[in-house]
Amino acid sequence: MNEPVIRASGLRKEYSGLVAVRGIDFEVERGECFGILGPNGAGKTTTMNMVQGYSPLSGGELRVFGLAIEKHPRKIKARMGVVPQENNLDPDLTVGENLRVYARYFDIPKKEGALRADRLLGFVALSEKRDEKIPTLSGGMKRRLLVARALVNDPELIILDEPTTGLDPQARHLIWQKLRGLKKSGATLALTTHNMEEAAALCDRLVIMDHGRILDEGSPRQLLERHVKGSVFEFEAGGERLRELLSCLEGIKQESETAGDTIFIYTDEAEEVLRRTACFSEIGFRHRRATLEDVFLKLTGRELRE
Amino acid sequence: MNNLLKPPRVGRRAFKVWLRNRDTWLKFYRASLVGNLAEPVLFLLAFGLGLSRFITDIDGLPYINYIAPGLMLAAAMNAATFECTFGAYTRMSAQKTYDAIIVTPVSIEEVAAGDILWGASKGFLSAIVILAVLVPWGLAASPWLLLAPLLFLLSGLMFASMSMIVTAFAPSYDYFAYYFSLVVSPMFFFSGVFFPLTSLPAWVRTVSWFMPLTHAVNISRGLATGNVSASLLLDGLWMLVFTLAAGWLAINLIKKRLIK
Ligand SMILES: Nc1ncnc2c1ncn2[C@@H]1O[C@H](COP(=O)(O)OP(=O)(O)OP(=O)(O)O)[C@@H](O)[C@H]1O
Ligand SMILES: [Mg+2]
Repeated sequence: MNEPVIRASGLRKEYSGLVAVRGIDFEVERGECFGILGPNGAGKTTTMNMVQGYSPLSGGELRVFGLAIEKHPRKIKARMGVVPQENNLDPDLTVGENLRVYARYFDIPKKEGALRADRLLGFVALSEKRDEKIPTLSGGMKRRLLVARALVNDPELIILDEPTTGLDPQARHLIWQKLRGLKKSGATLALTTHNMEEAAALCDRLVIMDHGRILDEGSPRQLLERHVKGSVFEFEAGGERLRELLSCLEGIKQESETAGDTIFIYTDEAEEVLRRTACFSEIGFRHRRATLEDVFLKLTGRELRE
Repeated sequence: MNNLLKPPRVGRRAFKVWLRNRDTWLKFYRASLVGNLAEPVLFLLAFGLGLSRFITDIDGLPYINYIAPGLMLAAAMNAATFECTFGAYTRMSAQKTYDAIIVTPVSIEEVAAGDILWGASKGFLSAIVILAVLVPWGLAASPWLLLAPLLFLLSGLMFASMSMIVTAFAPSYDYFAYYFSLVVSPMFFFSGVFFPLTSLPAWVRTVSWFMPLTHAVNISRGLATGNVSASLLLDGLWMLVFTLAAGWLAINLIKKRLIK
């Protein structure tokens, strides 16, 4: 009964020569929101594709609902909802038909399918658009409709690949709110994102992934405590005065990092830093709390991904 | 290679894919039916009436009566082929409709089979609407025509499966130009729709024997004229074997292409 909803061990995926996922282990417990965080090309979508039964594994083991994915794909898919990274709504159908036709793939009777379609359109605030064509929707509306579509079979597990990328804050917050609601009602969520705010806002637990490997795992709070100090100071680099400033910080427990023209100082002794830098008022700096983004950048580096 | 020979596992859910296509078709079925009907009727008028003054009867049939049964099957071929090349390719690549369906309990094999069934239905329908014109026109009149729907269905499946094989390999829409100009058009002209193959050199007849449309036209003409012989059974068998093989292969090839 305590079987995790997803259990991956040694999960691997190879595309003709390129290893996209290099043997990763993770578990997703019932009722939690699990996140995979990682830069472009990290292997997030590839991992999710395997969990969806969309891509066959190249190695390792993957159980969803306690069932081996390659043995019981249909049973698993019937209990799962998927929001893909790329829009694949059916442009030949209207908004409402997209949901009703999708419900049919799950063997949901016509009447019930129509009821669910209407309820879900209300849920994602698209009731007005019911009879519109897909190409007339904005990006955010399409995204919301994809979320609604993933829910037609009342899934126990919902997989979301970058659910809010490219959305405005209103749409993003609406989706977050809906996802939290779904979690409250007992669904298990697994999502990928490179939005740290999203990870912090939604995920109980996350893994940070890069180059097909999992770099670390924990709750957002644990990851913060493990990898960065509480406060961050960002200084524009350069000049004699800055060197003086930095030298007067000696003795304070801190970690510093230089990236481009910015110096980052991570510390738990913010008050002390503020006191000692008071006489350098002409040097501009920013002081903020450390966020998951700092953890992310620390673990995955600052270079741009191709 | 091994995977291509494995029997595809297709269940009742293929029908859901068929329904999805039917739902989209119902939105513009009038235009679609008129399109299906217009071309063969134009051929009948232009060739049948226009040319018949210059052409003597063929096999004891006025020219228009001679070409009518073949045109039904050519229409079935065109409709099924169009649906399972351009239509299926659009759903598979540009629209990602297949991707959306295969994360539901409907499998890849069922998606491919559903699209083949749909292509077959379009072919069937095209031929039926023409038959519905030919009979009152007096161009086809034989009780054997009661078997025509069976022939149309088998032909639809045959051409849909064939086209789906091409779609499984197509890197872009342009690729279909090869199929249309090297396979579909030669088939249209050299399968005995417009003239008896006996008037051609032996090697052309041999090539024609390998063309699916030839056998469909043979049967169609037999049914329309009532001139039915046992050799039509062989044509039917040819079609059945070819269709099973092509359908089998098409489903496995689409699966192979879609698996990432
Ligand atoms: N179908 C494919 N064929 C070949 N290589 C692929 C395929 N899909 C993904 N890859 C490669 O696998 C690696 C991981 O890609 P993946 O899409 O999983 O990354 P991601 O973490 O989802 O990135 P993003 O944030 O950009 O969506 C990349 O190097 C990518 O080029
Ligand atoms: Mg991705």
